[in-house]
Amino acid sequence: MSAGTLPLPTRGVRVRAIPGFGLSLGITLLWLGLIVLLPLATLLVRPWELGLAGVWDSVTEPRVLAALRLSFGAALLAAAIDLPLGLLLAWAITRLRFPGRGLLDAAIDLPFALPTAVAGIALTALLAPNGWLGALLAAAFGWRIAFTPWGIVAALVFVGLPFVARTVEPVLRDTGPEAEEAAATLGASRPQTLARVVLPALWPALLAGFALAFARAVGEYGSVIFIAGNMPLVSEIAPLLIVVRLEQFDYAGAAAVGLAMLLLAFPVLLGLNLLQRALRRGRA
Amino acid sequence: MSERPGIADPAWVRALLAGAALLVGLLLLALPLAVVFAEALRRGWGVATAALADPDTLSAIRLTLLVAAITVPVNLVGGLAAAWCIAKHDFPGRRLLTTLIELPFSVSPVISGLVFVLLFGLQGWFGPWLQARDIQIVFALPGLVLATLFVTFPFVARTVLPLMQEQGRTEEEAAATLGASGWQVFRRVTLPNVQWALLSGVLLCNARAMGEFGAVSVVSGHIRGQTNTVPLHVEILYNEYQFAGAFAVAALLALLGLATLAAKTALERLTGRRLGEGTGDAA
Amino acid sequence: MPGSRLPPLPRRALLAAPALLAAAPARAQAARELLNVSYDPTRELYRDYNAGFAKAWQARTGQAVRVNTSHGGSGRQARSVIDGLAADVVTLALAYDVDAIAERGLIARDWITRLPHNSAPYTSTITFLVRQGNPKGIRDWGDLVKPGIGVITPNPKTSGGARWNYLAAWAWALRQPGGDDRAAEEFLGRLYRNVPVLDTGARGSTTSFVQRGQGDVLLAWENEAHLALQEFAGAKVEIVTPSLSILAEPSVAVVDRNAERRGTRDLAEAYLQGLYAPEGQALAAKHFYRPRDAALLAAHAALFPAMELVTVDGAFGGWGEAQRRHFADGGVFDQLYKPGR
Repeated sequence: MSAGTLPLPTRGVRVRAIPGFGLSLGITLLWLGLIVLLPLATLLVRPWELGLAGVWDSVTEPRVLAALRLSFGAALLAAAIDLPLGLLLAWAITRLRFPGRGLLDAAIDLPFALPTAVAGIALTALLAPNGWLGALLAAAFGWRIAFTPWGIVAALVFVGLPFVARTVEPVLRDTGPEAEEAAATLGASRPQTLARVVLPALWPALLAGFALAFARAVGEYGSVIFIAGNMPLVSEIAPLLIVVRLEQFDYAGAAAVGLAMLLLAFPVLLGLNLLQRALRRGRA
Repeated sequence: MSERPGIADPAWVRALLAGAALLVGLLLLALPLAVVFAEALRRGWGVATAALADPDTLSAIRLTLLVAAITVPVNLVGGLAAAWCIAKHDFPGRRLLTTLIELPFSVSPVISGLVFVLLFGLQGWFGPWLQARDIQIVFALPGLVLATLFVTFPFVARTVLPLMQEQGRTEEEAAATLGASGWQVFRRVTLPNVQWALLSGVLLCNARAMGEFGAVSVVSGHIRGQTNTVPLHVEILYNEYQFAGAFAVAALLALLGLATLAAKTALERLTGRRLGEGTGDAA
Repeated sequence: MPGSRLPPLPRRALLAAPALLAAAPARAQAARELLNVSYDPTRELYRDYNAGFAKAWQARTGQAVRVNTSHGGSGRQARSVIDGLAADVVTLALAYDVDAIAERGLIARDWITRLPHNSAPYTSTITFLVRQGNPKGIRDWGDLVKPGIGVITPNPKTSGGARWNYLAAWAWALRQPGGDDRAAEEFLGRLYRNVPVLDTGARGSTTSFVQRGQGDVLLAWENEAHLALQEFAGAKVEIVTPSLSILAEPSVAVVDRNAERRGTRDLAEAYLQGLYAPEGQALAAKHFYRPRDAALLAAHAALFPAMELVTVDGAFGGWGEAQRRHFADGGVFDQLYKPGR
């Protein structure tokens, strides 16, 4: 595998470009094209059977708009909740020593290991008004979680948590305490060190984790469907609407909702990626 | 670690943080798992083990492992290539490529299954052509593999990429200057630096491949003993009101996931190192 | 400085783990195979029926048969067949779903006349499941719209059973004094305002009602209600039979194109005809479906109380019409549905 010595578009002064660009890009594009882009092309093509006006009507129905608002709102909220929780978990397992740390480390990946449907059933059993936690919350605060939009947020926080924790963790480990030590040696107080040294290094990873948690949550189906209550206009998520349309053999309408979700999610993710880049640049 | 002078937080802060982390872990992570095990054993070990020994369960387990065994290596190679390509080279459209790789995460699992039906289903683009040749893609193993590939697509790339970017290119550039080929740079310099992140990405990819529900549900056809993966089998048992059996199979899946994670921890203990130690060269 | 201080990771750990365990499922190739794609509540019925059918077929022809089954929401199952799931026979919740398959040319258009009784070898109806002792005093459809009553029913957009629920309620409302379409729509609107959880399928609703303790009354298939009583022994629920309900005719048909392609027509036809034979009818009754055999139905009168049953054809002009008018996007259900809280 003698690597391609492609002339690379380099910026400024570089020692020597790293070889192997052509091959790795080739593999990447093949992999991306076959598994992701070709199938998604059907999603881009299919809705237009309805015509432009038909697609517009199909995705601006009040029920669809309500579902999209709920899916994106709940996903953003859940990802925002995951941000501090994930940072806390990542910090605890990388920087602290306490009994149960190893267990906690393993438990973080649990939402990945549990099939989403099982997670949904388990969370419903837990948070239903007659469940372990649900009964407690209802008695203590009068809160109803399951079968309301809060149930959706709870399920999405669960599925998204490892994304934040596991994206931040490697960077926390990788930066290590050296930089902090240096800052401390130079007389910075602990809060100063955290604010000026630690957080800036973490922001790109935190944003990446946020983006992943959000992206995962927006389309989540299996874990949400059991706990949501699925009331149209109130607790009906967009992926459920896709299923509803499929049940009516309305492939084009289903693909239209899928396309709308994709078109809404894409700028959010692209924006988060651009922000990450800006932050990384800012540090360099 | 935190014992070093100068950067040690006060003991009470550390205790508070650890306590808070444990509380989050307990409430958000341990409790749902506890529910699974409690429900699985509600009617005793006998019912739980009988559900596991059922031929349909065994065939579901075999199918799930087979799907994971095909999916994980494909996404490992693709994900590594993509992360390396993006982190270590400059080319126009890198941001776009990163976002495209993340895209399957934001695609609803329902859609991830649906697109393959639209492609290979009888009413899809290639459906009639395939049927004329008696090739079954959806509602058979290839469909399950494709849907799982799609869903687990970003895991490896997205776990490895931030670390590769954080580590910068200095080492690779030095190696290249010394005349190393692309493969050598990747193999000798980049890979060792990210191996733990890579392992973690692979494990996540594997766990998700085994646990995926929504997408495979669309392309499976749900034929008992033939195209049911473990998560689908859990749903079937649940819908047959065999709650204990359903949770027993779910618990097995969770245990499988936890075992791989425990293996990772054990491996780290054995080698005595954690990810990234000694590579604190990030600009 | 570079990663050379790290011990190398055992490479095999990355690749080998899952591959070792991957062995293709072993399958007995000698047996002929038949795939029955059905809907959710028939699992128990067909598990019994398949075993009996395989035995009878082998006795008659000497051939071993393995009947595979697939269960799920009726609409989703129909869609899978349309998309290429190689079903030899379908046994679905409503004629509309079989029609949808026939529209794509997979089943002959006249399928409903090919077997007796509208190609529905057993029937069912919609009934109520309430908490033990019926604390809220729910007797008939009119009680469902009272304030403070929680009604559990699945979403008619995703569940065949839920559509029967909806139509039964509509038919009852039409029969009331001054009942017309407007009044029925108003009645259904009030009914759905009392629904706290809309599950996607009938079994999901049963679980919400029985396991999660949601609501005061579950609108259920008669067979599902009886099954729930049997499966959840300690669940403390009981059946209430409303004054009027709807005749649910779950349809069965040979999927002609698949049966021809796979050479299973003889098997598929015998399989469906067997449902009308005494053994098939007895199994249907055992699993709480109303058998077509009049004598057998009379023998189970305690289980299947006589009640006035309207038909979809009679009251709604057939499934195509009912679907278009009530359940299509922008249809009556979408208009009458307003969230409760």
